[in-house]
Amino acid sequence: MNRGVAITGMGIISALGNGVEANFNALIASQDGITFPEILKTKYTHFPVGEVKTSNLDLETELQLSDEHSCTRAALLGIIAAKEAIKSSGVTAKELLTTGFISGSSVGGIDATEKYYLEYDKSTAHHQFIPAQHPGFTTNKIAEHLNIKGFTTTISTACSSGANAIMLGARLIKAGELDRVIVGGTDCLTKFTLNGFNSLKILSEEKCKAFDDSRNGLNLGEGAAYLVLEAEHLAKNKQILGRVLGYGNANDAYHQTASSETGVGAYKAMRDALEIAGIAAEKINYINAHGTATRNNDLSESNALKQIFSSEVPDFSSTKAYTGHSLAAAGALEAVFSILSLQNNLIFPNLNFSKPMQESGLLPITELKNKSVNYVLSNSFGFGGNCTSLIFSKNE
Amino acid sequence: MSRTIYITGIGAISAQTEESVFSEKSVVYTSNIFQAISPNFKEYIPAMALRRMSKAIKMGLTAVKMALQDANVELPDAIITGTGEGCKQDTEKFLGSMLSQEEDLLTPTSFIQSTHNTVGGQIALNLGCSGYNVTYSQERASLESALIDSVLLLNEKPSLNSVLVGGVDEVSNKITSFGYLNGFLKQEEIENLSLFSHKSEGTITSEGAFFFNLTTENKKDSYAQLKAVSSFNAESPIEVSEKITEFLSRNSLRPKDLDIVFLGKNGDLDQDKVYDELQYTIFPKTCQLAYKHLSGEFNTVTGFAIWLSCLIFRRQQIPDILKLNAVPSSNPKNILLYNLASNTSHSVILLQKP
Repeated sequence: MNRGVAITGMGIISALGNGVEANFNALIASQDGITFPEILKTKYTHFPVGEVKTSNLDLETELQLSDEHSCTRAALLGIIAAKEAIKSSGVTAKELLTTGFISGSSVGGIDATEKYYLEYDKSTAHHQFIPAQHPGFTTNKIAEHLNIKGFTTTISTACSSGANAIMLGARLIKAGELDRVIVGGTDCLTKFTLNGFNSLKILSEEKCKAFDDSRNGLNLGEGAAYLVLEAEHLAKNKQILGRVLGYGNANDAYHQTASSETGVGAYKAMRDALEIAGIAAEKINYINAHGTATRNNDLSESNALKQIFSSEVPDFSSTKAYTGHSLAAAGALEAVFSILSLQNNLIFPNLNFSKPMQESGLLPITELKNKSVNYVLSNSFGFGGNCTSLIFSKNE
Repeated sequence: MSRTIYITGIGAISAQTEESVFSEKSVVYTSNIFQAISPNFKEYIPAMALRRMSKAIKMGLTAVKMALQDANVELPDAIITGTGEGCKQDTEKFLGSMLSQEEDLLTPTSFIQSTHNTVGGQIALNLGCSGYNVTYSQERASLESALIDSVLLLNEKPSLNSVLVGGVDEVSNKITSFGYLNGFLKQEEIENLSLFSHKSEGTITSEGAFFFNLTTENKKDSYAQLKAVSSFNAESPIEVSEKITEFLSRNSLRPKDLDIVFLGKNGDLDQDKVYDELQYTIFPKTCQLAYKHLSGEFNTVTGFAIWLSCLIFRRQQIPDILKLNAVPSSNPKNILLYNLASNTSHSVILLQKP
């Protein structure tokens, strides 16, 4: 029988706060973290975002970084979340030397690039950030700071990066290639992504309304989250928070940025995740949907959900209204939320919802709901057609 | 990992061609940044679509089609891509406009095509492939990460007929030229073929795309067996030697069993010390080859060495231009590729004649 891969630690920083507890408290209080940009310097201050309200300088101070460090914001957020995960799992400094690290990032340190791009030719002041825009740079900075020395890599599949990192980690443990691996993702708010999504006209000027008939776009967010995955022989003496039971990855192969109306990729990813998990679709108690609140994603995802859960779609919600869409970190943030759902037998509400979509009639959960939760499906879909679904279960 | 994996199709675009390398007519470049030789892209991609594509997309998609044709595969089961720096040309376009227009009047095309998974996504879209699709971006270990995933995938799902794996990186105007500012590129302009005789810091760079069709089915005409791939941390040259020896022994080989070692030397005074040490310590009696004087240094350039290795097996010929020493190798069976990814991060790929 598939027991899945043990999760022995987790850590998170998002617009909801620093740490698992702060995030949980906000989730159960239906308290979103959506505000206007203050730390991100942009002219588009009217777009609501899920911003972590701590400046880089304060993050650097908290981490006691030296003046010569080259950590950009995504690395700083990543270090904080990974540290919490390491601590909660009780991984020692010595164990980190053989621990793997798989991180998802879409734009890495492009916040530094956009700040210094026009200066590089003129001054040597910030040349340490020249390679920062490439996702691996951020991963390496986090690994260096925490002295993680095992197999290290970066997945960059846009908004499904974090979920893919969790999937790869689980597969490497199952295959016996790694005994312990830290998996997740990090992305920060940048002018580059805000302007990019604005040019695509998919940013909402209101708080996002996932799965609502009147939804009109997403709110960007930022954050980082990591899980510690361990092989059975290491996990057996630890508190196991939950398990990565299934995963599926497929490509929508429809359009570079838009999802197909029928959600081919989403359907296949969910189907494969159920197959790996070895459970029937009706076993799923809660779906943490991708639910970005764009017209396109929510329709496509709804159609895929209806297709895979033919008789009745299980309780579902998108938590993007809490955190904003944190791109590569989204799948990792939502993995933490999925585990919290399993641990507490709670389903977190889909905020700002009022009217079901005409095309689907689907009703997400809109109030905190207490019920037995044994299996959670978490969806992450991205540009490039990259679709990933994960299934988390209790440790039973 | 137990299943045997074969490379049954190859596609490559780089600053050299098969002809230029194997006929000893290497293309000479006189700038430290040089571009790949474009094949006739129109033979592979409709002209309408080509106009919107950056070099990375064109090269990636074309190398994919070459590899699939070569392997006689229409539709792969999975597409796994490595790219260290992704779509720099489109990133640069969007970033440049955003900064000069102060966040105003931006069009989405270059943003859409700027994400690191653009090439992987475009391949899926173009082939209509809804299978497994992941992009790795781990600086100089990006292609190695993609290879590690493909080996894992083929072991998990023996039913897969074809896993397409490869790497792509492009040159862009401004971002690539930053290499002159941070020590990545040599300050003095050199001729590529003289790369190893300049005792200075920095290297030369270019671009390319290298795709390979992998399968567990032993086809008669496969190029090579992909025996193993590993990326590891090591702090000192001694530790590097130890880890390489361990890697070989996991594959039932000793250093002296290797017929060829392909070294990722790039002409940088500091980095090449690691290779120099290996040349004298564990590989003194092995035929040593180098390739970055032909291809330039970039994040996924080990694809060029895999491609060359496949051709060496097939053609039973080792071009003189690659040789670092005079140790002969008449009928090579085991080729080890070693590359330095950063000061402490290293990768090895083991290929065997099928």
